[in-house]
Amino acid sequence: MRFVDEYRNEADAQRLLRAIAHRVTRPWTIMEICGGQTHTLIKSGIDCMLPAQVTLVHGPGCPVCVTPVELIDRAIAIARRPEVIFTSFGDMLRVPGSGADLLSVKAQGGDVRMVYSPLDAVGLAVRNPDRQVVFFAVGFETTAPGNAMAVWQARQMGLANFSILCSHVLVPPAMEAILSAPGNQVQGFLAAGHVCAVMGYWEYEPIAERFDVPIVVTGFEPLDLLQGIYMTVSALEDGRHGVENQYRRIVTRAGNTRAQQLMSQVFEICDRQWRGIGAIPASGFRLRPEYRAYDAESRFDVGSVTARESPLCISGMILQGIKKPHECSAFGVLCTPERPLGAPMVSSEGACAAYYQYGRLPADERVR
Amino acid sequence: MCLAVPGKIIAISEGHPSGMTMGKVDFSGITKEVCLAYVPEAREGDYVVVHAGFALNTLDEHEAAEVFELLQQMEDVEIE
Repeated sequence: MRFVDEYRNEADAQRLLRAIAHRVTRPWTIMEICGGQTHTLIKSGIDCMLPAQVTLVHGPGCPVCVTPVELIDRAIAIARRPEVIFTSFGDMLRVPGSGADLLSVKAQGGDVRMVYSPLDAVGLAVRNPDRQVVFFAVGFETTAPGNAMAVWQARQMGLANFSILCSHVLVPPAMEAILSAPGNQVQGFLAAGHVCAVMGYWEYEPIAERFDVPIVVTGFEPLDLLQGIYMTVSALEDGRHGVENQYRRIVTRAGNTRAQQLMSQVFEICDRQWRGIGAIPASGFRLRPEYRAYDAESRFDVGSVTARESPLCISGMILQGIKKPHECSAFGVLCTPERPLGAPMVSSEGACAAYYQYGRLPADERVR
Repeated sequence: MCLAVPGKIIAISEGHPSGMTMGKVDFSGITKEVCLAYVPEAREGDYVVVHAGFALNTLDEHEAAEVFELLQQMEDVEIE
């Protein structure tokens, strides 16, 4: 595939690894924000090939992982209603709520359907006027333009039977929360390339300034990540802070202003709960009052939900980069992708799922 | 959620019933219908990066080559 394969070239990867090894003189801790980046790093083995002084910690860029249990429970309650067709991206279907997941609701006869795009959900609403179609709108800024367009479309068409259950989260407030946490070890960031394709990277400049850190907007292929790491290490070694752009074939400083315009028409910023982390102020999107009719939480009164989480799941520590998945006592034993205790083990962008799939175990565990 | 894939626009259709500009994008043999509303400057033959049925940006082919130019520079420095 053009613009993909060439960024997976092994000889070039080795060249970049040598350049990093050459550059580094002291220990540095770098966080990659996006779960998609974590997966590439683990799958390609880059984490094992970097010089020992470079420590990678995995960030909270997995929107499925940070969706609160209460919202999953609400989704399940809505999906159980006979008039509802509940639609979602695939990996949300197996995230455990307090007792069940959406896939088990489907197994019990609920109409739960996987879709590829929010426009598919709008199409379902058009073709099924006697049913209520709900779309689980989970994502970071990358997914918001599509969801904004779907809601805007629904309103243009006067669709009375379409709504979204909104779980949108934003990257910059999460970065600030991580940098402000007592005992923070992160010294530099690989920012999420596709989030920045939409939003640009001007929002990160005040963060880099305030916390004196380098932030490099990075892509998702092995060469992108290695180049991003090289640029971050170089900045750290030189004592430079500020924002740089590795992913220049897709990302500009301003981002996609058309997308930003529609997003600000449909959504407004709100406080959000992040599963495993807690409340982060001004860290999410909700529908603006003029679009609130399309909000599934207002449309369907499912009563109060008391969320329960597995006491063994340490997803919060994983998402903040404080612990690695294999340091969890339940990892691979009580918690597997088939029977997950928490979201990072089941999401396609979850760190625990990446470690499990690509066999990251500490040396002593291999002896068992 | 962050996974977006580059593909080549092979057809653009204005006048879709929804009012949005839609297009057919080829991902090495697999063709998908994609909403092009956010990339109004894109033409047939351009590459775009697509996420959940939406093109988010066009791909700058000149910048795409930059990664490899940088590698070449690194190689030259190492040889010195």
